[in-house]
Amino acid sequence: MTETILTNARLIDPEADTVFTGSLTLCDGIITNISRSTEPVEGGLDCRGKCLAPGIVDIGVKVCEPGERHKESFRSAGRAAAAGGVTTIVTRADTLPSIDTPETLEFATRRAAQDSPVRIAPMAALTKGRAGREMVEIGFLLDAGAVAFSDGDAVCTDTKVLSRAFTYARSLGALVISHPQDPGLSHGAAVTSGKFASLRGLPAVSPMAERMGLDRDIALVEMTGVRYHADQITTRRALPALARAKQNGFDITAGTSIHHLTLNLLDVGEYRTFFKIKPPLRSENDRLAVVEAVAEGLIDTISSMHTPQDEESKRLPFEEAASGAVGLETMLPAAMRLLHAELLTLPQLFRAMSLNPARRLGLPGGRLAPGAPADLVLFDPDAPFVLDRFNLRSKSKNTPFDGQRMQGRVLGTWVGGNRVYDSAA
Amino acid sequence: MTFRARHLLGIEPLHPIEITTLLDLADEYVSLNRASVKHSDVLKGLTQINMFFENSTRTQASFELAGKRLGADVMNMSMQASSIKKGETLVDTALTLNAMHPDLLVVRHPHSGAVDLLAQKVNCAVLNAGDGRHEHPTQALLDALTIRRAKGRLHRLNIAICGDIAHSRVARSNILLLGKMENRIRLVGPPTLVPSGAEDWGVEVYDDMAEGLRDCDVVMMLRLQKERMDGGFIPSEREYYHRFGLDAEKLAVARPDAIVMHPGPMNRGVEIDGTIADDINRSVIQEQVEMGVAVRMAAMDLLARNLRAEVSDG
Repeated sequence: MTETILTNARLIDPEADTVFTGSLTLCDGIITNISRSTEPVEGGLDCRGKCLAPGIVDIGVKVCEPGERHKESFRSAGRAAAAGGVTTIVTRADTLPSIDTPETLEFATRRAAQDSPVRIAPMAALTKGRAGREMVEIGFLLDAGAVAFSDGDAVCTDTKVLSRAFTYARSLGALVISHPQDPGLSHGAAVTSGKFASLRGLPAVSPMAERMGLDRDIALVEMTGVRYHADQITTRRALPALARAKQNGFDITAGTSIHHLTLNLLDVGEYRTFFKIKPPLRSENDRLAVVEAVAEGLIDTISSMHTPQDEESKRLPFEEAASGAVGLETMLPAAMRLLHAELLTLPQLFRAMSLNPARRLGLPGGRLAPGAPADLVLFDPDAPFVLDRFNLRSKSKNTPFDGQRMQGRVLGTWVGGNRVYDSAA
Repeated sequence: MTFRARHLLGIEPLHPIEITTLLDLADEYVSLNRASVKHSDVLKGLTQINMFFENSTRTQASFELAGKRLGADVMNMSMQASSIKKGETLVDTALTLNAMHPDLLVVRHPHSGAVDLLAQKVNCAVLNAGDGRHEHPTQALLDALTIRRAKGRLHRLNIAICGDIAHSRVARSNILLLGKMENRIRLVGPPTLVPSGAEDWGVEVYDDMAEGLRDCDVVMMLRLQKERMDGGFIPSEREYYHRFGLDAEKLAVARPDAIVMHPGPMNRGVEIDGTIADDINRSVIQEQVEMGVAVRMAAMDLLARNLRAEVSDG
């Protein structure tokens, strides 16, 4: 039983909504003590006034195992997560093949245990092959460790199938994560509709498609009583519907992605495919409305929506190029943009990145309290750097932040008390 | 020298002075094309490759003739039939071609932005002959030249662009060009065929021909693609012709000297009445084709001059 004491740290407690200078003791993988003492401790690790927060719990990370290990493996994703202050990766089921049986889920869990320095919490598909026709073995998959069920961006078009899956999931208390989007309206779209899309001549989707998708899902939640989380809410017009559903007492939460919080549709510029994501980047008005919704707590979680794509999938005409951006390593520095713009505070950010995702999935992390797992990130919110995508640890380098000036560097990451990343090493 | 562009990818990056420079030079080429000996050597020794990933007869012929009249070595490649079918990516195709050292690459592609992508990967000058729904700059330039010659000016005109604007790269390039030259632009069409956000382009939007064409100096009709005619965007061909097809009655509200334009190929009896199209007092559709060759000669001449300047600068 060895004790580690991290001293002279700015401790960010999202639960209490406070930031204070003090020290934190960890032992046997859990946090054992937190004190406001600023006295130096013999043998303690001096954090030099940098920020210490509960590690990020990232819902919706794509690790391309099985199927596309050349894009991302559990080893590379785990190392990227550690370097980004992400201590729990909640993996998506949109692999090849989909994670839709206990056997494929066990394969992923086993690979993760062998190779990943951070915790992995797997999601399973909601329907077989994410095809929206037959539900998966929700019971067996829960037993195998699935923390949630989601078909990702494959929106189920058959509401009868979906209502049955929701009803069945409800009976087992399973959490369903859905991608709110009207499938007809969004079919074939590459960008959000409006002046920019029309000038570029790109197929576009109205932001209203998100509201329509959410409205449908909310009706099904009301009908079935399932525990529901919307993976990405990115538009102003979807927010009143979400607020009403929460007021009505439905078991509903919502997330958004770090890219939708920090970029807008004009960033696509001259057909830059690294800015092609799903749902597409939105207008500046939408971005600001969604940031405000995070501040108010209407939107509960922020994810990286880490989606690795190789050069070949992106070096194509915009319409043909694959969607998605990597985000594990850039999530924290990007989030610091919101801090420095004085739009969100550090406790607000870590409430959305760590505390709320852990709570929603029933995981013990995300807190800075005695008894909580020692999953921690130490970072300097002010340290400036210019991002070079080829320095990323992800196998795929498709970040929209390439070449951009960022502020905020991860200095160290601990998972279960073990230091899995040290920027000085 | 007031034409600085390295490529002609669209109207958007062009300055009004560059547009005027190009049109002035094109005027000279109109004279050359009407002479008995239609030949010049300004592109002698240069290689022009026409790469069409989408069907085209008229534009490709126009570019081919323009290159040949200026003395370039011209090669046509129909890309639907070749390596694309074998799974080669656009960038690989570009690199392969680049290794053959062309000087001028004329490209048409069904996807918006594809020609920009290709231009980033090659060393030669690239001319966009139409990319998806994005731009078709030489069409807008030839339309501008036609208007300037018919009206004696290219500013302060009321210009109506009518029909399927949403799917039209011709419309986009024309809106950009005619806007840069300070004309008043109206878009007229059923709302399903007018792009969303068009009101923010500094244009007026109408869904009624009688209002949209009132006092216009120029009426520019667009082609309605066959595959868009049934049910999806408009209820039927006959309802479209009734409401948006250009006939004498609808044209009567425009200025008496208004000209009628169409980028071709026309669907007679769908977007335009045959007698209007053939009326030599109103229709400048044949002139547009003639101006097309001259404008493409001017564009390639100017880009080749810039290429040579680049080489001599080291």
